[in-house]
Order: sequence, then structure tokens, then C-alpha cells
Amino acid sequence: MTAPRHAPEPQRSRTVPEARRESATVPPVVDQIAGVAQVQTVRGIAEARELAPKDLEIRLQADASSRLPVLVCYSAAAVWLIVGSLFGELASLKLHWPDLLTREGWLTFGRIRTAHLNAVNYGWGSLAMIGTSLWLMPRLVHAELRRPRLAAMGAVLWNIGLLLGVGGILVGVSDGMEWLEMSRWFADPWLVVGGGMIGVALFSTVAARKAEHLYVSVWYIMSAFLWFPMLFILGNWPTWSGVESGAVNWLFAHNVLGFWLTAVSVGVAYYFIPKVLGRPIYSYQLSILGFWTFAFFYALNGMHHLVGGPLPTWMITTSVTASVLMFIPVVATAINLHMTVVGRFGALRYSPTLRFVVLGAMGYTAVSLQGSFTALREVNRITHFTHWTIAHSHVGVYGFVTFIMFGAMYYVVPRLVGHEWPSAALIRWHFGLVVAGIAIYVVALTWAGVAQGLALLDPGLPFQASVERTRYGLMGRSLGGLLMTAGHVVFAWHFWLMLRGRQPAGARPPFHEARPILYTEAAADVVATSRSHAGSAP
Amino acid sequence: MTRVWLLLGGAFAALSFAIVLLVLVPRAMLTRVEAPPWLEPYTASELQGREVYIANGCVYCHSQQVRDPAFTSDVERGWGSRATVPADYVYDRPNLLGTSRTGPDLINVGQRLPDPNWQLIHLYDPRALNAWSIMPGFPFLFEEKAPDAVRPGDRVVVIPGPRAPRGRVVVAKPEALALTNYLLSLKRNGAVPASAMARERMAGPLAGGMNGHDDGARPAP
Repeated sequence: MTAPRHAPEPQRSRTVPEARRESATVPPVVDQIAGVAQVQTVRGIAEARELAPKDLEIRLQADASSRLPVLVCYSAAAVWLIVGSLFGELASLKLHWPDLLTREGWLTFGRIRTAHLNAVNYGWGSLAMIGTSLWLMPRLVHAELRRPRLAAMGAVLWNIGLLLGVGGILVGVSDGMEWLEMSRWFADPWLVVGGGMIGVALFSTVAARKAEHLYVSVWYIMSAFLWFPMLFILGNWPTWSGVESGAVNWLFAHNVLGFWLTAVSVGVAYYFIPKVLGRPIYSYQLSILGFWTFAFFYALNGMHHLVGGPLPTWMITTSVTASVLMFIPVVATAINLHMTVVGRFGALRYSPTLRFVVLGAMGYTAVSLQGSFTALREVNRITHFTHWTIAHSHVGVYGFVTFIMFGAMYYVVPRLVGHEWPSAALIRWHFGLVVAGIAIYVVALTWAGVAQGLALLDPGLPFQASVERTRYGLMGRSLGGLLMTAGHVVFAWHFWLMLRGRQPAGARPPFHEARPILYTEAAADVVATSRSHAGSAP
Repeated sequence: MTRVWLLLGGAFAALSFAIVLLVLVPRAMLTRVEAPPWLEPYTASELQGREVYIANGCVYCHSQQVRDPAFTSDVERGWGSRATVPADYVYDRPNLLGTSRTGPDLINVGQRLPDPNWQLIHLYDPRALNAWSIMPGFPFLFEEKAPDAVRPGDRVVVIPGPRAPRGRVVVAKPEALALTNYLLSLKRNGAVPASAMARERMAGPLAGGMNGHDDGARPAP
């Protein structure tokens, strides 16, 4: 084993002051280890590293204040992840085994697929993001979470709405617009009220902030919590008909990806990458540029889902143009996130958080560039209406959003329950399964989509050809989905062990044991000392 | 940034701009779109069938739009004789335009496959008619009765070939009949009168080459 090296000190005041303070005060690996219950350890480490204990105390108070609602959100998210994965896998199998489970209405493809989308989007993704936002905001604004019980109650209402909505879809009650299927009469109001309660907690925390500067993550997360309710109410308003209902449909559906899933996940990536690496964000100017161009261009993208459709051409042209302009925010954000990591890729070996978040950030770059490209008419005439779109959406919602959320949860949960993840092996299995799964999924389905699109474009080929050419791609997708689902079971099991269990005495945190390059010697000593008392932590 | 109001104000402006441009402006313009004279509002049964279509997620595999023949093969494929326009959809609430063609487009299926018996067999078991199809059967929209339990008035569907249930008679439930009525009502090949050609007017100078609805000489179905 090589001697521990010193982590380089972050550069001074080149970029966001908040980012500097956040990253400078917490030795990254120490933050990976310390739970709420290990205050003494953290303080000891702070002293060993000559850091201000006050900053650590702010952080510990922030974590303690958000504990309840975050754990409620994360627990529900883990359940929805499993449920949603099973729906998704079954829907996938049905496309190459069409006679599978057709006798029961609630198991038909059109309902299971829709239940999958709603469970993973509003259940898994949204709840993981809400939990992470509730944990992150107090840390970023240096204030305890206000009204944590209200937020937890809001999360419960959100889940009731989801149960009714997804249950409704399965029994055949759907509002009929993609991404907006849950009943606007008996399911969506729960989400509006519950989400509103969470929003009150979040915004009153920001109002009570002690930190003057708003870090870039705050911009994205606060905006997302403004945008989502606007969109959700607009999309569910029951006045739309004809092609205008199509316009509202895709304004909503694209922006729920852009202004909700993407906005929060980019905000979270902006936090964890510099945090775990102990290094400031590459450029403040780029983050400003990235944010505002993101806000103004992304909002206009939706009509590219209707290229060639019966809408006024100028609407579609507007969206295609805006989609191409998305290059600007995407490249700005990509440079910012990736340049922060460059030179420190070795750290990915030791931090599961960093692994998932950095891979997720790469997923963001990839899916966005692919999206701009797909909006071009020449590409779209092949890929529109094909499985390409489904593969693309999984690069985004899985390879980007879900990976960032896995990374965040690996970081946050130990700080809420007060001990480390029990098993490094389970984390490795989870990572390996989901990475292999999504890779197979995307390659197989993208290939199927191109083959299908080319067949559809050739009027000399019967429609049958476009179906038969996708067969092996669809099977590949089921294999990928199976691996992802297995990874989710591993993750959910590990999360359950984490909630109910306690770290065995003397257990070492995963990913750091092989070669703790990020430790300072002094900090490592403190950690070693504290481990001998680990069994006594409450 | 240090000002919350500036941040939230800017975020609000960004989304509001998009809503005005892509929802409210088109809404104001589309109020001028009138249904073509040959397009009837859906009957009660067709609307009920439309609900069955929505409930079972048909839209996730079937689109309802014919795109411009200038850059797609939709018309050559026989899915319609012209690109569809806003006037074709005035009675559609919500839209079922769709974004997937795992199955073929359906906006003119009532003209292409007008036999209700074919539709019922296909809904019960698509592979009884097309072995290569990956569409799910919807047997739960049908009853399988013993032959002596069939009552007068029952709509019996004779399933051809080896995939017919043995010793049972397939009878369509009202949902299946309504869905069939809806599918047969999907015909949008009629001429679009000038008053309904709002698409071109709204498209303005950007429309170049996108006017797929100019074969107005075609008679209404």
C-alpha cells in the first residue's frame, strides 16, 4: 500500500465563493464516512485538518433537520424503483413475447408500460430528487430545513396520489395524454397538494438562509420547484382539445424532462462533483451562461416530438431551432462538470457517489447532444416513431438522472442514519449490473430503432419488415432491463439493510479501503482511532 | 447570484415565454379552425370506444397523423392520401397523435380496414390474422362462452385457424364493439375546405413545401 497523499488544496476565490467554502472545509473522504451520530469523529477530523468546526456544525445541523422527510422520500423512491422496474421489464418482454399475460386487462402492454413510466418518473425519480433537494438545500443556504414534518407529510400525500394514479392506470383510468395519464380528478390533486407542502418547506428554508451567495445548485433546484407545478397544472388543465392538446402535451412532457428531472439532477451534479473531489467548480461564468441559456432554450423544445405533424409549421420550426440551440447550455455545463473532474478520475475508484454522479453527468452530455441531433429533420425522419426515442429517453432518465440519484443516495443516507453502507460488494454489484444493463439496453434498442425507421421510410417494404427487424433489438432490451432490475433489487436490499441495520464494529467504509489516496495522514489517524469506537455509535 | 427574486423571476419568465409562444398564441389562432363539412362529431358509442382506446394504451404503439409526403413515406404506405391538418382533429379531446409506430398509423384505419368483423378478430387475437404481429390480444374485451350459452343478440366473432379457443364461442363485449366503432370512424381523407386550411395561413412563409393537404379534389369518404 502506498503512503497516503495529501489532497490538493482547492484554489482560492477563482470561482463561486460558496463552492469554495463547501469544498474547502470538508475533506471529501471524511464526509463519506461521517454520519450524524459521529459528530466527535467529524470534529476531530476538522481539527486535524485545521478546518473551522463551525462549518461542520452547520452541516450536521442541516443534515439532522432534513432527516425525516429525506428518509421518507428515499424509502418510497426505492419501493417505486422496484415496482417500476418490474412493470418496465414485463412491458419489454411483451414486445417480443406478445402472447405473454394477455388474459387480464390490467396486465396489457398499454397499461403496464404506462404504469412503468409513471412509477419511475413520479415515484422513483421525483421522490429521489425531492429527497435529495430537501437534504441539499439546508446545506447550501446554511439554514436548518424549515417545516420538516410538513415536507414529510407532503411526501406521504404525493405517494397516496401516485398509488391512486398508477392503480387507476392499471384498472383502465387514464387522462390519455402521454406523461399525464394519472387521473386529474382523483390522483393529481394529491401530488399538487403534497408537492406544494414540500415546496413550502423548501422555499421557507431558502427565505431563512444565512449564506448570502446562492450556489449554482440552488438556481437549478429552486427553479425546478417553480417550473414543475406550473407545468403540471397547465398540462392537466382540462381545456385542451385537438392539435392544441398535442402542443400542451409535448410542452409538458418535454419540460418535465428538462425543467424537472434535468434541472434538479444537474443541480445535484453541480454539488457532488466538486464536493467529493474537494475541488471548486471549473468556471462560475460558464455555470451562469449554462443556466440561463438552459432556461430559455429548453422551454421551447417540446414540439420536436411532433416533427411533420399537423401543427403549424412555425411551432415545430421554433422547437427544432431551440433544440439545436441547446448545444450552448449543454456544452457549457459539460465543460464545467467534466473539467472539474479532469485529472482526478482516479477518485472514481474510491467513491461510489463520484462514480455514479460523474457517469450521470456524462449521460447528460450524451443524451443532450443526441437530443439536439435527433430534432434535426433529416435525422428525425428516420428516428421519429421508432424505438430510438425510447432508447434516447432511457439514456436521459436512466443514464443521467437515475445515476445521479444513486450517487446522491450513496452519499446522503450514511449521513442520515449514522453509519456507513454495510457492504462494498453490494455497491459494486449494483454498479456493475446497472451499467451493463443500461449499456445493453441502449445499444440494442437504438439499433432496433434505426432498423425500424429505415424500414418504415422505404415504401417498398411492407410494414411487417419494420416489426420483424426489431425483434433481436427488443430481446436485447429485455436482457438489459433484466440486469438493471437485478441491480435495483441489490440496491433496494442494501438500502433496507442500511435502514434497519447498524454498521458492524470495526467495519470499514467501502471503496476507501484499498488505497485511501484522498486521506491526509492526520485525518486517517483520526478515522482509525474512531473506528475502534465505531461499535458504540448510537 | 445572490437575489432569489431575480432567479425565480427569470425562471418564471423563461417558462412563461414558452407557454405564450407555444400554447396561448396557437390557441388564439386555432379558434378559427372549423371542422370540414364531412367530419361528423363522434357518436356516443365512438366516444366510448375512444375511452377504451385510451384506457388500454393503444396510443403508445399507434400514431394518428399522416405527415408531409415530401419527407416521409406515410402517403405512399397508404396511411392517407394527404397530410393531416388541425381541422381533422377538432373533435379530438385529448389528442391521440402519438409518437410511436410500433404498429401502423390509424388516422384512416376506418377507410383502410372497414370490415368490423376483421377488426374484432384482430382485437381478440392479432396473430390469428397476421402471424408476424406483436400486438397484444385483448381477450378481456370478449367473453368466451359455451356454445349453448350464446344468446340472441350476442355478437359472435369467429376466430379463424388454430388459435380459436377450443369448444368455446367468442362473443364481443360492449367495449370491443365500441372500440371497433371508434376505429371505423377514423377517416380523415376528405378534402379540407379553404376555411379549414388554417395550417397554411398560420405557417406563413415558413411553410415552404409543407402543404400536403392540397389534393382537395379528392371526394369526401
